[in-house]
Amino acid sequence: MASNPLHGLWTLTNRELKKWYKAPVVLIVTLIQPIVWLAFFGKSMNMASIFTNGSINIPGLNIPKQIIDQIAQAYLKSTFGTTDYFSFLAASMVAQITFFTAMNSGMSIVWDRRLGVLDKLLTTPVPRGSIIMGKVLNSVLRSLAQATIVLIIATLLGMKFNTSLTPLGFALSIVGVYAALTLLALGFSALYLTLALRSTNWQSQMAIINLLNMPLMFASNSFYPIKMMPWWLRPVAYINPLTYVNDITRGLLLGISAFSIPMDFFYLALFAMIFSTMGIVLSWRFLSEG
Amino acid sequence: MLGDSAIKAINLTKRYGPILAVDHINFEVKYGEVFGFLGPNGAGKTTTIKMLTTVTRPTEGTALVGGYDVVKQPAKVREVIGVVPQDFTSDEDLTGWENLMMIAGLYGIPKREAKERAAELLDLVELSHAADRKVETYSGGMRRRLEIAMGLINRPRILFLDEPTLGLDAQTRAAIWSYVFKLKEQLGTTIFVTTHYLEEADQYCDRIAIIDHGRILAIGTPRDLKKTVGGDVVMLQVAGNPEAAVKVLQSIDGLSDVRIVEGFIRFKVNDGSKAAPLIFDVLSKAGIRVTSIAIKEPSMDEVFMEYTGHSLRDEWGSREEVMAMRRIVRTARR
Ligand SMILES: Nc1ncnc2c1ncn2[C@@H]1O[C@H](COP(=O)(O)OP(=O)(O)OP(=O)(O)O)[C@@H](O)[C@H]1O
Ligand SMILES: [Mg+2]
Repeated sequence: MASNPLHGLWTLTNRELKKWYKAPVVLIVTLIQPIVWLAFFGKSMNMASIFTNGSINIPGLNIPKQIIDQIAQAYLKSTFGTTDYFSFLAASMVAQITFFTAMNSGMSIVWDRRLGVLDKLLTTPVPRGSIIMGKVLNSVLRSLAQATIVLIIATLLGMKFNTSLTPLGFALSIVGVYAALTLLALGFSALYLTLALRSTNWQSQMAIINLLNMPLMFASNSFYPIKMMPWWLRPVAYINPLTYVNDITRGLLLGISAFSIPMDFFYLALFAMIFSTMGIVLSWRFLSEG
Repeated sequence: MLGDSAIKAINLTKRYGPILAVDHINFEVKYGEVFGFLGPNGAGKTTTIKMLTTVTRPTEGTALVGGYDVVKQPAKVREVIGVVPQDFTSDEDLTGWENLMMIAGLYGIPKREAKERAAELLDLVELSHAADRKVETYSGGMRRRLEIAMGLINRPRILFLDEPTLGLDAQTRAAIWSYVFKLKEQLGTTIFVTTHYLEEADQYCDRIAIIDHGRILAIGTPRDLKKTVGGDVVMLQVAGNPEAAVKVLQSIDGLSDVRIVEGFIRFKVNDGSKAAPLIFDVLSKAGIRVTSIAIKEPSMDEVFMEYTGHSLRDEWGSREEVMAMRRIVRTARR
């Protein structure tokens, strides 16, 4: 019975996907976070309104509101590349949700070990690498679905796309964004799964997740451009793959890119390849006990 | 490629830190045999199965399963074996049917055939009615039966069962064994089974290995093993000091192996019912009053005691509690 290795891979991916689309609660809960971010940061902290709602009122100097508005616009434009902070933030949310989904894929292998499922998988002829890659693939597909929903919600909330895009250009841009997200999900879920290969302890896994999660989120261009960061944070932001996905998303959808998009893709492809390979190689060694 | 034997363990050893869980064991299982592994808690039964099924690498030694080396050709081994582990391994979030189809997929069984087999197996373990229910709603017995179906979906030539009847009622246990028997008779499946039910080992296994502290103490057919005990086993309780009684009994001709086991005086004698009156006589002359006596033909329990120096029976209650606890703990962790 020479089994096709890809057959097992799809079986395992399908298993994970089933759990997801059969439990809509999980989907809804994972979507709440980016929506909350959008509402809190994107709407309440809308930079434009901070500057323009008349709160800047220097006594003695009677600057006309019109001029303040103009200064604010110029300032926003030079910092964020756009006057529309909401769109700036919304574009980064698709990477954010992908990142969170990938992070949780590490947990699922801990559960498989604890609940005994892994013991069973290890006695079947399915390649060890497929056990990991099934989870990675699941996390990629989930991420893309969730990113789509986030984009739709963001659009409904007022996200504005680059107006110079033709319909075809827009479609191609979306494809480009999905490609970037795929690479991100590949790399991060492989990374977190590799960290969890030997773990039977979900608390320690949670600790690892929490340790990495906030720094990676804030040390990126998700909320503000890198040039606004203190010098010591910048190197982290430049290594952080989230930065490059955000650059691609903003470049393609909003028309504001700080780097070069091909370079972004190159970096992400490298990231995805290194960690996927590492995951597959290490799973052969470390998935079985002892 | 078929070797001479279905399973051949060669100095198979597993060390967990300071614990020698399995200590240089050697045995052979012939094709078509039902081979039982009998031993108390922590004897190393599960560890042995894990090494034979390539889940864990041996620290030392190796084993051939279906002619393939578990260390050097694990992928080959996996294709010829089926495993029903001691702990539950089905995915609780999926239905029984989905679990079976998933495992079938991992063996690369074409979908159509997988469906046929899954339906057949569910019928066999009497779970057809629950096929579309999530496994988390199954009772312990139902889950165990599903596990067995999962272990059979690839029609393995060699099947490993780790305590397949643990915690099941007598009726289900009998049903499972009758199915195991059918596999052996109709498909010639080789079966390696661990159990702590002495009667099951006695009744259903062609050969038994007794394992304790990671070592195999005896191997043979139930009949041969019982023969090695020799004669009947008599268990006595006396009022007062048993040591004095032991001294007296040791002086009687035809009694052998007199010792105190768990508060009873235990010895062997050729014909227990004939010897009993004589024993009463001798003891009462020595001023020792017998409070109870039991004469047994050697059973697997006696065999077990003979080789390990302790009874397996006493552990039953606690074992089942331990298993129940394990299950509760696992559920609570979620
Ligand atoms: N992963 C592990 N790490 C450390 N020690 C282990 C591990 N697995 C088993 N052991 C130890 O190895 C010994 C044998 O355990 P094993 O599970 O093989 O026993 P068993 O005969 O199956 O017992 P039971 O009847 O309780 O299932 C025990 O002392 C156990 O504590
Ligand atoms: Mg065991």
